[in-house]
Amino acid sequence: MHYLFYFFATISVLSALLVVAARNPVNSVISLIVCFLSIAGHYILLNAQFLAVVHIIVYTGAIMVLFLFVIMLLNLNKRTEPSKTLLTRIAAVAAGALFLFTLLGALRQGVQISAAKEFDGGTGLVKSVGQSLFGDFLLPFEMSSVLFLSAIIGAVMLGRKDRTPREDAPAHPEPAEPRTKKIPA
Amino acid sequence: MEGMMTAIRVIPLEHYIVLSFILFSIGMAGALFRRNTIIILMCLELMFNSVNLLLAAFSAHHSDPGGQVFVFFIMLVAAAEVTVGLAILVMMKRNVDSVDINQLNRLKW
Repeated sequence: MHYLFYFFATISVLSALLVVAARNPVNSVISLIVCFLSIAGHYILLNAQFLAVVHIIVYTGAIMVLFLFVIMLLNLNKRTEPSKTLLTRIAAVAAGALFLFTLLGALRQGVQISAAKEFDGGTGLVKSVGQSLFGDFLLPFEMSSVLFLSAIIGAVMLGRKDRTPREDAPAHPEPAEPRTKKIPA
Repeated sequence: MEGMMTAIRVIPLEHYIVLSFILFSIGMAGALFRRNTIIILMCLELMFNSVNLLLAAFSAHHSDPGGQVFVFFIMLVAAAEVTVGLAILVMMKRNVDSVDINQLNRLKW
């Protein structure tokens, strides 16, 4: 069991590093998918079967495909890749490493983690999660549909072409000249 | 099935805590490291997932399904956030013809 954990952990950390390091955004998406699949493996190891299935369907199936679609739609590749200065990169890596050391130091200082009163291995099964979701968390679950509706409306509003007239443009613009250049005789 | 139930007890909770710390730090460093907006969004997803993993691990070790329901809600919010974020990205590409996050500095001063 330990070997499986270390196997999945190594895959997820390496692919997470590759997400940041890859030059091409498509490669970043592919390695993020690998990272999410290994996290789904962690969920299965934790016997959280509902979460593992939902994670694969929602993240790998929907969100990452959306990312891939947008990358392909915008035609992003290596040539359009903006890069930061060396100083900013060093500062970013140092900030991440210092943050990690702060968290690990806080963990070493002794966080009391108490064991469960009565252990139940079937916590993550669909039955117990569903009973909790539709029992205690019924109102937030229904509210999330409103959140999704607003997200859909927001995406459509942002995604459509801007048709509002500019301030500096005339209110009733003259019919535009034809775009084609006249070829001088 | 029995092997899975013992796996929760065999692997200590600290392992999961350290793993999700590492993933969160990688995500945070990546959000500072890159200028491509779409990669910054992906790093946000990475941070969400490290928190999800931590919640699921605590939930499994404490035998409380509430933590896993929270992971479910975080996934819902992340999906909505990605939808709006990618719409903003498409709008940004259309207006300034770039995905560089430094182009969005008009609110800076």
